[in-house]
Amino acid sequence: MKTPTSGVKVGRWPRFALRRAARLLASLWVLVTASFLMIHLVPGDPVRAALGPTAPADLVLAHKEELGLLDPLWQQYATFLGHLLQGDLGVSIASRLPVGEVIAQQLPATAELALLAFLLAVAVAVPVGVVMAVLTRRGRGRRAELAFTGTNVVVSAIPDFLLGVGLVYLLAVQTHVFPVAGRAGPDSYVLPVLALAVGPAAVLSRIVRVEMLAVMEADYVRTARAKRLTPVRVHVVHALPNAVTATLTIGGLALSSLVAGTVLVENVFAWPGLGSSIVSSIVAKDYPLVQGTVLVYGVGVLLINTLVDVALALLDPRSAIGEA
Amino acid sequence: MRALRRPVGLVGVALLALVLFAAAFGPVLWGDRAAAVDTADLLAGPSAEHWIGTDNLGRDLFARVLVAARLSILLALAATAIGMVLGFLLGAAPMLLGRRLGRLITAAVNVLVAFPGLLLVLFFAVVFGVGARGAALAVGLAGAPAFARLCHTLIAGVSERDYVAAARIAGVGRVRMLWRHVLPNIAEPVIVYATMTAGAALLTFAGLSFLGLGVQAPDYDWGKLMQDGLNGIYVHPLAALGPGIAVVLAGLAFNLTGEAFAAGPRRTHVLPPAGPPSPATTPAATTVLSADDLRVTIPGPNGPIHAVRGVSLTVGDGEAVGVVGESGSGKSVTALAVAGLLEPPVRVEAGHLAVAGEDLLAPGASRRLGTALAVVFQDPMTSFNPAHRVGPQLAEVSRFHQGMGRRAAFARAVDRLRAVRIGDPARRARQYPFEFSGGMRQRAMIGMGLMGEPRLIVADEPTTALDVTVQRQVLDLLADVRRDTGAALLLISHDVSVVTDVCDRVLVMYAGRVVEELPAKDLRALARHPYTRALVAAVPDMETDLDRPLAVIPGLPVDPVEAPAGCAFAPRCPLADDHCRAVPPPLLDGVACHKAGEAQ
Amino acid sequence: MSTLTFHEVSVRYGTHTVLHEVSLEVPEGETVGLVGESGCGKSTLARAAVGLAPVTSGAILLDGRPVPTRGRRPVQMVFQDPYSSLDPRMTVGESIAEALPGRPARRERQQEIARLLALVHLDPGRAGDLPGQLSGGQRQRVALARALAARPQVILADEITSALDVSVQGAVLNLIRDMRRELGLSMLFISHDLAVVRYVADHLAVLHAGRIVEHGPAARVLGDPRHDYTRHLLASAHPLKEHT
Repeated sequence: MKTPTSGVKVGRWPRFALRRAARLLASLWVLVTASFLMIHLVPGDPVRAALGPTAPADLVLAHKEELGLLDPLWQQYATFLGHLLQGDLGVSIASRLPVGEVIAQQLPATAELALLAFLLAVAVAVPVGVVMAVLTRRGRGRRAELAFTGTNVVVSAIPDFLLGVGLVYLLAVQTHVFPVAGRAGPDSYVLPVLALAVGPAAVLSRIVRVEMLAVMEADYVRTARAKRLTPVRVHVVHALPNAVTATLTIGGLALSSLVAGTVLVENVFAWPGLGSSIVSSIVAKDYPLVQGTVLVYGVGVLLINTLVDVALALLDPRSAIGEA
Repeated sequence: MRALRRPVGLVGVALLALVLFAAAFGPVLWGDRAAAVDTADLLAGPSAEHWIGTDNLGRDLFARVLVAARLSILLALAATAIGMVLGFLLGAAPMLLGRRLGRLITAAVNVLVAFPGLLLVLFFAVVFGVGARGAALAVGLAGAPAFARLCHTLIAGVSERDYVAAARIAGVGRVRMLWRHVLPNIAEPVIVYATMTAGAALLTFAGLSFLGLGVQAPDYDWGKLMQDGLNGIYVHPLAALGPGIAVVLAGLAFNLTGEAFAAGPRRTHVLPPAGPPSPATTPAATTVLSADDLRVTIPGPNGPIHAVRGVSLTVGDGEAVGVVGESGSGKSVTALAVAGLLEPPVRVEAGHLAVAGEDLLAPGASRRLGTALAVVFQDPMTSFNPAHRVGPQLAEVSRFHQGMGRRAAFARAVDRLRAVRIGDPARRARQYPFEFSGGMRQRAMIGMGLMGEPRLIVADEPTTALDVTVQRQVLDLLADVRRDTGAALLLISHDVSVVTDVCDRVLVMYAGRVVEELPAKDLRALARHPYTRALVAAVPDMETDLDRPLAVIPGLPVDPVEAPAGCAFAPRCPLADDHCRAVPPPLLDGVACHKAGEAQ
Repeated sequence: MSTLTFHEVSVRYGTHTVLHEVSLEVPEGETVGLVGESGCGKSTLARAAVGLAPVTSGAILLDGRPVPTRGRRPVQMVFQDPYSSLDPRMTVGESIAEALPGRPARRERQQEIARLLALVHLDPGRAGDLPGQLSGGQRQRVALARALAARPQVILADEITSALDVSVQGAVLNLIRDMRRELGLSMLFISHDLAVVRYVADHLAVLHAGRIVEHGPAARVLGDPRHDYTRHLLASAHPLKEHT
């Protein structure tokens, strides 16, 4: 431990890749199994529930046959996995369309919304957080601090869908600046993206500030000041990269919850994405469609997490060999 | 109840009381009004009678919002309770069930926690079906992994503490350990988190009901009211926004309360205005460091801390001066002040404070020092920036101050690493600090100071964090550097032997003042201040008489918030009399003591 | 008091070996000093003896029998950091009482706490204080009293003075010497500071990279070191000799 040898360096990245891949696979397996079990955990007869009490018994039976619900559980599981590997997510009970096709149609709208909102949140939160940290370090700028934390707490207490409703009322109903709902021209993106981005931006800017405040107290920032560098250089070159690690971790979480947040916002704005369809399919008990949508959301979240970890490892080489 | 003294806490608790009042008595007080159908007044806008209008059956919406508080709050609390109990059990599992099973549970929690809460909620909502009970279970279960992770982290943190190890050795069982040692020490953050979770659960519920997955008609909570109102947002927006505002206020009530308790009493008092400035003096020409009547005041939670209370010191060109003292003596703060590294709100005052010809009291002087002053800090493990490679961190000095190009500066960094005897410097310069050992980092730190041509090296406890065998190397290196560059040295240490070993002259500090100043070689034998003599005698060295007890300084060091009127050492001094306790002794002829030189 | 014997004790974490077949004896009523640099495994040795670190191979024996690693240990330990070794939410008296064997009646318990506090030169009236009201040196005395409360046969002191200020360190070292004289304690005294160990120990063992490189009577090891590493340590601890 006293004299780290160069041996540590050899195989650091392969080992990290292996460990990370193992975790991704384990999480994927949990996700796939959970979405498989979902339909079996529903109390009562899911197909009967989906088709309604008036549906003829042989239709229910035929659907069950088609969904493979009559086979033993392990065989269903094997078939489910097999179909999944071929990209086959089954057929929607309600629309009779292949689930994969339905999702492929709606996914881009949701992904666009989430990505734009994330970019906006980061673009606002990081500068705001850094500037607020510099202004309020060591108990300076009491008023600025109070204003910042006050606004932050209030803003993060407003759920995104409520914000969406408020924005619709103010900027679409009252003033007609932006369209009320739907996905058409670029201006139709403004309100949904804004509604989605404000909450994560508030959380993220708070984290950036707290991290920056902590980093600015670190010994190595004192070292940087002892080198007599300019304050901007001290803050941007020496402090910021160290605050990025935690920011990225939280940012990743914010992005995944933002992906989930699209569900609500899409419903407010009648956005033709996955969120609108998952809610209607839950209400309609269209289980294959729910299953497929949950899988897609989950895979999206897992990919984001993996990306964040890889980015972290690149930015902070310790995290790749640490966490053993 | 400290949190109540902060305005944020007061607002939060008041709001929470209001919300809980509505939840408790809303249905009793306004239940009839909320249920009263008025077919003559359907979907009306706000009026004196109906503050935010009526719904499609003509029922008063304001009353309905108040009545909905109970169901909204109850569901949120129920979900929070489910999540907390389950989360706590999962989080405590590693401690209760042993290593192997615990690790499995922790791994499972880690996988689950990666999925956002809302996704889990939707998943469970499918399983439990649409409705209030299903939603409560869904929100509760979905919150459990995050809470389990928090509990696990907190419990792991407490379990690492030595008192838990000591209790284990004393035979305390697992359940009692959890109950007596772990729970009381994690209760505070857990309660804060639970409060905030309740707020979040409230918002999630509103979302679920809004989507039509939560509370079903004829029951209604705030989310359901919003869903009903959304359709008519064109005609009367308050029907949707009214319950929305209620949700936000209730969420704020929980969050502000949690926030206020989480923040705790972090209030520090602002420093009172400065006293009359010390009369300005001018430094002597041949000194590289000269400070006169240096005073440093730090704002603290119990009033200003007078860390340095009038220290005068000079370091001549090429001279090595040591400062010794215990923790709280103000020696490190003196070093930071001299290095120009203290920032407001810390206040630095002095008659003059000059380093290498720069007046440090003038604005911007710290940066004009450039490379004339090198600083070596105590902890080499944290003094290098972990995000950058070592070479560029050194090279930065030359690029910034000497206008060198990237390549030339890096070459100089490699050369300086070689000068501080780091093997294979070209390879080492491309490594990150974490790949260096402690001793190597401290040498690299000295190398960083040598990028320019320092006239003074300020070293603050440079060997304290190092092993004895490595300490030696670093001290030898400092001595060599001084010989090669002619730089002066200000060495701060708690270790009498380190200072006597390296320095020409020693200052002994106690409670923010210099109590004695004498040649290093005289420290052990010829000290005249009772504190200096006790300090030297209290530390065993390789020649200490084994048959006699060690000298002990009775009492405790002075609380720097309450600087005493007289001699700060008087309460611990065997020679002190009333005069000592009343009148602070000036530093005369190298010693600040009314009883200087008297036998004990 | 009894004899504590480490018999070829190895501790391994994954591929990393912290201790290599360490054999060491703490004889009845004597103090053995264990010196070494950070990371050499000296704390691990102590932690292994009380079941806080897993022993990979070898045995730790108390009077020839394996040391129990569950329940109240006959070997008690005092830790380095006075700010982490006492539960901040328990009074001094409660912390000490927790280590008392059996379930003594209230009155008996209070008498015992008072006796133990007096033994470590603390005012028995401080039994109701929380650790936050005590200084670092006072906390270490409470930790010592707690260890004594368990009626230990051997005490392990792991760097108990290194977090203390020099003016306080002397008082704790004096206390350790007094207690050895008055109670006949067997003790393993671990420190990185040779001068401190020299002051309290009868025997001295030098641990380097997980191996005992030298051990014997303290005076002999310090006066006539036989291993290169011991000589190196001694030279580093004697900065004055070269210059004066």
